[in-house]
Amino acid sequence: MSETAAPSGPRLARWLPLALFGLFALVVTWGLVHPKDDTVPSRFVGQPLPAFQLAAATDGKPGLATADFAGKPKLLNVFASWCIPCAAEAPQLAQLAAEGVEINGVAIRDHKEDLAVFLARNGNPYARIGADNLGKVQLAIGSSGVPETFVIDGKGVIRYQHIGDIRPEDVPMLLGKLREAGQ
Amino acid sequence: MIAEFGLAALWFAAALALLQLVAGSLALTPRGGALACVVRPVAMVQGALALVAFAALLTVFAETDLSVKLVAMNSHSAKPLLYKIAGAWGNHEGSMLLWVTVMGLAGGFVALVERRLPEPTMLATLAGQAFVSLGFYAFLLFASNPFERLNPVPVEGQGLNPLLQDPGLAFHPPTLYLGYVGLSIAFSFAIGALVTREVSPAFARAMRPWVLGAWIFLTLGITAGSYWAYYELGWGGWWFWDPVENASLMPWLAATALLHSAGVLAARNALRAWTVMLGVVAFSMSMVGTFLVRSGILTSVHAFAVDPKRGTFILGLLAIYIGGALTLFAIRAATVTEGERFSVTSRESALVFNNVMLTGALGIVLMGTLYPLVTEAFGEKVSVGPPYFNPMTAVFVVPMLLVLAVGPLLRWRRDSLKRVSAMLLVPGGIALICLVIGAVLAPGKVLPIIGLALAPAIALASLLPLRGRKLRQVKLPLWGMVVAHFGIAVALFGMACDSAFTTERLVAVRVGDTTPVGPWQIRLAHIAPVAGPNWTALEATLQASYKGAAPVETHPQARTFWAPVQNTAESALLTRWNGQLYTVLGDEAEDGRWQLRLWWKPFVPMIWLGGMLIGLGGLLALLGRVWSDLRRIIAREKIAYRREKQGR
Repeated sequence: MSETAAPSGPRLARWLPLALFGLFALVVTWGLVHPKDDTVPSRFVGQPLPAFQLAAATDGKPGLATADFAGKPKLLNVFASWCIPCAAEAPQLAQLAAEGVEINGVAIRDHKEDLAVFLARNGNPYARIGADNLGKVQLAIGSSGVPETFVIDGKGVIRYQHIGDIRPEDVPMLLGKLREAGQ
Repeated sequence: MIAEFGLAALWFAAALALLQLVAGSLALTPRGGALACVVRPVAMVQGALALVAFAALLTVFAETDLSVKLVAMNSHSAKPLLYKIAGAWGNHEGSMLLWVTVMGLAGGFVALVERRLPEPTMLATLAGQAFVSLGFYAFLLFASNPFERLNPVPVEGQGLNPLLQDPGLAFHPPTLYLGYVGLSIAFSFAIGALVTREVSPAFARAMRPWVLGAWIFLTLGITAGSYWAYYELGWGGWWFWDPVENASLMPWLAATALLHSAGVLAARNALRAWTVMLGVVAFSMSMVGTFLVRSGILTSVHAFAVDPKRGTFILGLLAIYIGGALTLFAIRAATVTEGERFSVTSRESALVFNNVMLTGALGIVLMGTLYPLVTEAFGEKVSVGPPYFNPMTAVFVVPMLLVLAVGPLLRWRRDSLKRVSAMLLVPGGIALICLVIGAVLAPGKVLPIIGLALAPAIALASLLPLRGRKLRQVKLPLWGMVVAHFGIAVALFGMACDSAFTTERLVAVRVGDTTPVGPWQIRLAHIAPVAGPNWTALEATLQASYKGAAPVETHPQARTFWAPVQNTAESALLTRWNGQLYTVLGDEAEDGRWQLRLWWKPFVPMIWLGGMLIGLGGLLALLGRVWSDLRRIIAREKIAYRREKQGR
C-alpha cells in the first residue's frame, strides 16, 4: 500500500491562489470602471418584421400593419403617452418627419384620450399609429421598453434598433441608417 | 443625541482597533513584549464599543428618529416595531455597522476565552482581526456613516421595502452576518499561524469551535433565506442561483471544507497548509460576496445599495486583505510542512476528496457568478442560470455525496476497502432499487433521479457510524456528524422530489369554480378586501380538498403597501406530511376571472428540515467540543490546586 502525503504541490502552486485572486480583481475592476449597460438589444435586427395588424390608436390616423412597411425605408417608433422620454424626443421626431421620413408609431398600453392629449401637446409626426394594448408587437420585435425606434427597410426587414429617446445628435445618424437601408 | 453618541462610540472603537493592531504587532517584536498585556483587554473593549454603536442605531430606528438620514430613508412611523428595528440592518450602512459589530464582538470573545494557543500566535491573531476591522471601520466612518443627520427633518420616512417586512427576513440577515463575519476569526487565526509559523493540532482545535459556530449560523441563515425566497417572492422556487444567493453559498462551501480539514489537522496533524489556506479562503469569500452585492456590478434580485464608489472602496479592502493574506500564504506555506502521511484508503483521504470536491463546487459557483461580467467585457450579454449551475455543481457534489457515505466508516491513517464494503452492501442495494424506482416515476430527469437514488442510501449510511456502539456513550461530536450527514440526505430528498414531482397550474377562475392540481381540488370560495397595519389586500378564500377529504381553507393575498407603494403577492401554503400546497392570487382579468397560480410540491419542506438538521448537527458538535474543553480546563485547575496544596 502506498503512503501519500496530502497535496502540498510544487513551489509555484503556492502562488496560484494569489494569481486567481488577481484575475478576479482584474475582472471586477473592469466591471466597476465600465458602468453596467442595462439596455437589452433586440435579437430580431436583420430579420423581417413579424406579421401584425394593429387597430388605429387614435382618431385621425390609421392603424398599422406589417404590409405598411413596403416601399421605402421607414421608422417604427415604439412610444406611449405615459412615457416622459417620449415627449422629450418629440422635437427630434418632428425634425425627422420634416426631412421627409415616414414615421409609424406603435402606442404601448395607451388610451385614446390620453394619446390625443399627448399628440396635441407634443405634435404628431406619425403617418400611422397602431394600438398595442398588450405589448404583443413590442415583444415580437424585441423591444424591451419605451421609447425605442427601429429602422425598417423597404422589404420589411428590421435594420437597426435605437434604444431610448432620440437626442438631437442622433438625428443625422438615423438619417444615415435610413439611407443605408435604402441602398 | 443618541446618534452622536453612537458615532462617538464608533470612532472610539476604530481608535481601539488601531491600538490593538499596533500593540499586537509591536508585542511580537523582541523589544515590545511589554505591550502584550494590553492586546486582549483592548480587543474586548473594542467589541463592546462597537456593540454600543449598534445599540444606538437600533434605538434611533425603534424611536423612528427621522432626523437621522438612514432612518428617514428606510423607515416609517406606521411600521410595526419589529420591522422598525429590523430596518436598522435592512440597508447598506446599518448592515455594515452590524458587520463591524460582529467582528468586534467575535474578536473580543476570542480574546476573553481562548487560552490554548501560544501567546505570540494569539497576539498575531488579534492584531490581524483588528487590521481587518480597521478597513471596515474606515469604510463606515468615511463612506457610509449610518448616523448622518438630515436638515430639515422630513415629516415622514420612506419606509422599508415591503418584501423585507416579514418575520423570517427580520432575522435572516443578522443570522447570516454572524456566519459571514464569524469566519473572520478563522481568517485571523490563519494569519496568526502564518505569521508565527505555528500550524499544529492545537491551532486546529482552537480554531474549530469558531468555525463551527460561524458555520451553524451560515447554515441556518441560508436555510431561512431559501425558505423566505420560497414563500415571500411567490415564484414557488427555493433556490435561484442569484448572485446574492451564491454569495452566501460560497463561504458556506469553503467553511464546510475548512471544518473537515480542521478535523484532520486536529486529529492527525495532517493537511496543515491546506487548512490554513481554507481559513483564508472562507472569510475571503464572505468579503467577495459583500463586494459583489454592494458594488452592484452584477444584476441581482437583491437590489441593494448600488453605488460604484462603495464598490471601489470594498475592492480596495479586498485587495489589501485577501491579496495580503494570499501573499503571506505563498511566502510562508513553504515553511509549513505537510505533517503526517496517510494511505489512499483512509479517513484522511476521504476528507481530502471531500475538500477537493467542495472547493471544486465553490469554483464552479464563483465562475458562474462572474461569467456574465466576463462576457460583457467582450460585448456579449448573458445570464447564467440553472442550466449551467445544476449539472456543473452536480459533477462535484454527486461524487462527494458518495464519499460522504463511505468516509465516516473508514479508519484514520489506513483501512481496507473490504471491511467497509461489507457494511455498504445494504445502502448500495437501496440506492440501486431507488434508482430504478426514480427512473420509472420521473423518466428522463437525470439529476432528480440521482438524488432520489442517493438520498435514502446516504440517510442509511450516515447512521452506520453508530452501529455496534452503545448509543448513550456516543460522544456529542459524533452525534453531530451523524445528524448533519443525515440532514444532507433529508435535504437532498426534498430537492429531488421538488424537481421530479412538482405539479404547477396557472388558471383563471371565477368565484365558485373548482380546479385540480396534483391530488388536490381547489375551489375559489370568495375574494374579499382586508387591511393590515400598513397595507391593504385582496384576500382569496380557497377551499382545498386533498383526495376528496374535507376541505381546508387557505388565504393567499394580493397586497398593496402604501409606504413605499408596492404590490406583493402573499402566497399561502398548506403543509401536509407528504408535501406542500402553494397558492398565489394574481390579477383580476377583464371578464371577472381571477388568476390563480397553484403548485403541489411533494416532500418539499424536507429541504429546509434537512437544512435545520445540518445546523443542529453542527450545534451538537460544537456543544461536545466546548464541553470537553471545559472539562479539560476544570481538570487542569483541579490538578494545579492539588499541587499547590501539597506544595504547602
